Amino acid sequence: MIHNEHIRSSNFEECIKCTICTEFCPVIEVNPLFPGPKQAGPDGERFRLKNSFFFDENLKYCMNCKRCETACPSGVKIADIIHSARMDYGTVTPHLRERILAGTDMMGTLARPFAPVVNAVAGSKAGKFMMDKVLRIDRRRSFPKYAAHGFNRWFRKEKAALQDRFASQVAFFHGCSTEFQHPEVGKAFVEVMNAIGVGVRLMDEKCCGVAMISNAMWPEARKNAVHNLAEFRKTGLPIVTASSTCTLTLRDEYPNILGLRNDDLRDNIVIVEKFLYDMVDEGKVKLVFRQDYKAKAAYHIPCHMEKLGWSIFTRRLLEMIPGLDLTVLESGCCGIAGTYGFKKENYSYAQAIGQPLFDAIRAEDPGFVVSECETCKWQIEMSTGYKVLNPIVLLSEALDLEKTRMANEK
Amino acid sequence: MRYDVVIIGGGLSALVCGTRLQRSGKSVLLVSSGQNAMHFSSGSFGFLGRLPDGSAPDDLIDSVINLPEVHPYRKIGPERLRTYAGQTIGFFESAGILLHGDPTHNSYRMTASGICKPAWLAMEDVSLFAPGETPSGGKALVVTLKGFTDFNVPFISSAFTKMGYACRCVEVEMEEIARLRKNPTEMRSVNIARVLEGQQALDRFISGVRGKLKDEDTVVLPQVFGLKDTSPLAAIRSRLPAHVHFVGTMIPSVPGIRSQMCLKSAFQAAGGTFLPGDTAVRAGFDSTGRVSSVYTANLGNTPLEAGEFILASGGLWGKGLEASYDSVKEPLFSLDVDSPRERKEWYDSDFFRRQAFTGFGVVTDESLRALKGGKTVSNLRVIGAECGGANPLEEGSGAGIAIMSAFMAADSILGRI
Ligand SMILES: Cc1cc2nc3c(=O)[nH]c(=O)nc-3n(C[C@H](O)[C@H](O)[C@H](O)COP(=O)(O)OP(=O)(O)OC[C@H]3O[C@@H](n4cnc5c(N)ncnc54)[C@H](O)[C@@H]3O)c2cc1C
Ligand code: SF4
Ligand code: SF4
Repeated sequence: MIHNEHIRSSNFEECIKCTICTEFCPVIEVNPLFPGPKQAGPDGERFRLKNSFFFDENLKYCMNCKRCETACPSGVKIADIIHSARMDYGTVTPHLRERILAGTDMMGTLARPFAPVVNAVAGSKAGKFMMDKVLRIDRRRSFPKYAAHGFNRWFRKEKAALQDRFASQVAFFHGCSTEFQHPEVGKAFVEVMNAIGVGVRLMDEKCCGVAMISNAMWPEARKNAVHNLAEFRKTGLPIVTASSTCTLTLRDEYPNILGLRNDDLRDNIVIVEKFLYDMVDEGKVKLVFRQDYKAKAAYHIPCHMEKLGWSIFTRRLLEMIPGLDLTVLESGCCGIAGTYGFKKENYSYAQAIGQPLFDAIRAEDPGFVVSECETCKWQIEMSTGYKVLNPIVLLSEALDLEKTRMANEK
Repeated sequence: MRYDVVIIGGGLSALVCGTRLQRSGKSVLLVSSGQNAMHFSSGSFGFLGRLPDGSAPDDLIDSVINLPEVHPYRKIGPERLRTYAGQTIGFFESAGILLHGDPTHNSYRMTASGICKPAWLAMEDVSLFAPGETPSGGKALVVTLKGFTDFNVPFISSAFTKMGYACRCVEVEMEEIARLRKNPTEMRSVNIARVLEGQQALDRFISGVRGKLKDEDTVVLPQVFGLKDTSPLAAIRSRLPAHVHFVGTMIPSVPGIRSQMCLKSAFQAAGGTFLPGDTAVRAGFDSTGRVSSVYTANLGNTPLEAGEFILASGGLWGKGLEASYDSVKEPLFSLDVDSPRERKEWYDSDFFRRQAFTGFGVVTDESLRALKGGKTVSNLRVIGAECGGANPLEEGSGAGIAIMSAFMAADSILGRI
């Protein structure tokens, strides 16, 4: 079964019991109910394999931030072990709330036609009260707003027909938040790609499934994953993303948690910052920046960007912008972890986890924060009041798109 | 992606070398698979604990002449060693780590099981004792936390008794600490340190100890304070009306972890780039045999290019060497390794005797450049536990070799040698 296959690849027996993972886990620092990565992961695994009686439902407090894995000296895939265990032994079935929070694409489709109404209700006191009481979605949480018109519709109307003229093409996995809440991310992506002479294709994508994985909706997550992998194989183009969490899910969670092989595609799935950096580094593309662009930004590295090990690409890329005064914030979790921080029982933990980051941002007092993750954006904007931009949006503003286009014309 | 220097490893040697280079104006990238030996260290540094004949060295630098010629200390040479040993305390201070001890002579530290071992320099929460410290005639209160088993109170109090103290042992009971017991494996030094980081918990602990103090002039505590910074140490020292000694716990090491984080911050503050959780997986060479690039697991097809490369991958323990049944290999560059051909010469079946394998490392030339197929790779230096010719565990020389070789590699890249 998936689980057995997983054990062989995750090597819980390689744990040397050093407890370094515990030192880096943001949850155990604030939540005494969570057993911590070592106990929940490799230590607990030994017992669970003997008898499922040892499975502890408190494993659900793991945010899957993967900071433990990045720190483990033995390369134990701790968070994968935890979530595979939840999949194999968990008995709690997802309720309406989990389905609402995790059904990012379905809920978006339902909500969009009524965007102004939904936004108003979700933002109103009464709406928040109802969600808090009925659904146990914390009332102190602000909801990301649904955009009235989706990214797909804009693309089809404005851009699709223009893409054929480019010799090289990429497939853009835009993710749910670009479609429903932040179409500006997708628009910036298309503008920048087109400016460097690369055409953009959209696929029939489904939500990457990350929220389903964390909300124990395993069959739904697998279904989406199977569908997406088939789409990727069909296009044969590089799959370029704009969200760090989608990227990690498509590359690593599909094989490691859902047990779906993607070896043939893995190297082909990249976030746009790596894609752009590599093109510039290899001399294939030139970026021309605006002379009059001036800004002060603080870069928050999302947990999943840290796990991918790719924040260096964003950093090097942003450092190319002459008018940008960039500070890289001390790497730490913002606390939201996707849908985790929306739940009433997690709200105060999420805010406590994020506190050092919020303090660091306030101390820095930048013009805005940069981050590749949309849920980090919601969390930081709600908790600090500072605006958060996806790096591709910042790039599209800092680039002289016209001059870039000319510089890259063959 | 291009840097002046790319370092493989993220332990003591890599961070010291990287910081020195970055501060001198080089752009440095460090790639590190995981955490490293500092997390398991005693919180004290060894330079040379004992000589090959088993005797205790006097002046550490003068003693180096007794080591075999292939030893990295012999390659660095006594003059430079003396200079570097003199610079060590200042270097660590500049990274926010206060060391104490005599740069050219050993003192003693006490292990978690009450044994005194030679130590060169130590972090501020590792007490050092002068060799053959004369009985003080004082009274000591040996304190532990209820339920904490990684600090052996009977052994430690008997060691203090041997030093002439009259000892009394007590436990401080704290609800926050007791809660850790819910998971039996979580009652470890770092978990306790994390709880005692909270101001209220620390206050309660200090009053707990004060309440138990009678007429003792000395308090002995486990090293479970100050994971993030040393402020809890200062609070304890100023608020207990007695002299405080901190003594080692079983691993992991709170002072070691704190110091590793300080070093990493110092490197980044100097402008260095640190890639955590990534592994160098293959290397490219140019036609003259120089290293041209290194590829990592995370960066995929993006090469890391540099003029100079440094291998600081920690030997067998750090996964800088790989052993199979019949050979020991350096996996990244396929460098020459100084392990004997015959497997039976790798180890002594008596576990507590000298083990050859703990000293395996890469063969280097006089200036610590790596050898590959007998030829020098001119832009690849090897430092720390990865460097051959020594047996750090046997000699008690781990940190000394790491720091001295790091200084030397940096200076030679900077053209100071
Ligand atoms: C358990 C233990 C306890 C010790 N305690 C002490 C002590 O108390 N005092 C003392 O003086 N000495 C001690 N030592 C000796 C120790 O070897 C040195 O003190 C010193 O810390 C070694 O540092 P290093 O940088 O050479 O290697 P390490 O600290 O081992 O670091 C090697 C690093 O390289 C990384 N690495 C390896 N391969 C790759 C790759 N391909 N790509 C990326 N990264 C890679 C590893 O992940 C690791 O981070 C101890 C050693 C061990 C093993
Ligand atoms: S960090 Fe890795 S090796 Fe250490 S206890 Fe955690 S899982 Fe085990
Ligand atoms: S993934 Fe994050 S929350 Fe989960 S155990 Fe690891 S560090 Fe803790």
